[in-house]
Amino acid sequence: MNSAHDLGGMMGFGPVRPEQDEPVFHAAWEPRALALTLACGALGEWSIDTSRHARESLHPVFYLSASYYEIWIEALTHLLERRDMLSAEERAAGHVLTPARPTRRRPPTADDMPAILARGGPCDRPVPQAPLFSVGDPVRTRNLHPAGHTRLPRYARAKSGIVESVQGSYVLPDSNAHEGGENPQWVYCVTFTGQELWGDQADPGFSVSIDCWESYLDHP
Amino acid sequence: MTVSEDHHDHDDHDHDHDHDGSALSPIALRVRALESILVEKGYVDPQALDVIIDTYQTKVGPRNGAQVVARAWSDPAYLQRLREDATAAIAELGFGGRQGEHMRIVENTPKRHNLVVCTLCSCYPWSVLGLPPVWYKSAPYRAKAVIDPRGVLADFGVLLPPDSAIRVWDSTAELRYLVVPMRPAGTEGWDETRLAALVTRDSMIGAGLPLSPEQSP
Repeated sequence: MNSAHDLGGMMGFGPVRPEQDEPVFHAAWEPRALALTLACGALGEWSIDTSRHARESLHPVFYLSASYYEIWIEALTHLLERRDMLSAEERAAGHVLTPARPTRRRPPTADDMPAILARGGPCDRPVPQAPLFSVGDPVRTRNLHPAGHTRLPRYARAKSGIVESVQGSYVLPDSNAHEGGENPQWVYCVTFTGQELWGDQADPGFSVSIDCWESYLDHP
Repeated sequence: MTVSEDHHDHDDHDHDHDHDGSALSPIALRVRALESILVEKGYVDPQALDVIIDTYQTKVGPRNGAQVVARAWSDPAYLQRLREDATAAIAELGFGGRQGEHMRIVENTPKRHNLVVCTLCSCYPWSVLGLPPVWYKSAPYRAKAVIDPRGVLADFGVLLPPDSAIRVWDSTAELRYLVVPMRPAGTEGWDETRLAALVTRDSMIGAGLPLSPEQSP
């Protein structure tokens, strides 16, 4: 979807301001927000793609004015409500009003957690067919503007680039985010010149690489 | 705090602590209420939450990546393994897992500097760098890195030679990128421990350069 999360090339935000000796967390609620998001994700009720889509579906005004952990908590709340694991009434009351329902995976204990974090969520999947494109091939990204989730950023749509590498085959977020199945596809690293992306005024001395699922690409 | 500004005020630090419960910010209260409901429902185990927090506060951080880079600088065979299968080569040092499942390295050279961003969210190689800093997740960085990378580097005080090209890696899929910066001059004969101390987090994102021997801590 075309929303505020798709930030590449926007202007007006001012300089990047790195913080000296930045702590891992800036407030005591932030680590709890991180841990709640990861622990709820481990229940298997939604994928990382669904989770990303929940964040990017937040209103653009909220998205651009919230901190990243605020975005996580807002999106987590939406996901829990959509899965009937939490209700707005419960949030207002601050305590449980309806019993919990069984989850796809049982809630992890402290003992389970190191192995869960160490395993992560690999999303490479075999596909039966050979890749359509090879290293060095010129390609053109499609001019896609789906209402749902996609990982093809706006600035790189309908642009010509070169296949830099074939990265393997991976779960397609565009369908997986919407419970449409994993539909794995080949993923290619595609490199564009700065001038292809941003016009003749762009600095000629840089290029940008993105990772593209096969269905994002056409032969030129 | 907003995504469009970095977090410089530390008011939350002072106001977020739970001395008497009265000084909690609205978001702190909200997170606490959410945790309390989810615990009461049995969806989350508070001790499991503590393990997650401890992992990213004390165990997984940029010192992991610094060890990888120092090994790459010291051992050509290891560097070759990183080029061929970075995930496996990084796992040799004991690092892997969440947000490091599919790793790639990108090497800086005198002719090319690499810069990593995630314009669409906050993808970042947790297994080697830990959790991303606020600026990495912020709108200014995500917006500017792909259109004005030299300007971004200037914001970090990094000035590259004019003939050095910049390659920006936008982490749009599940590949996670670790920059291997150039080994600083004057470090001949240094062991991996000394070398690792020169490898800053920002140098492994491409937003900085390693420390020089004179800057060594």
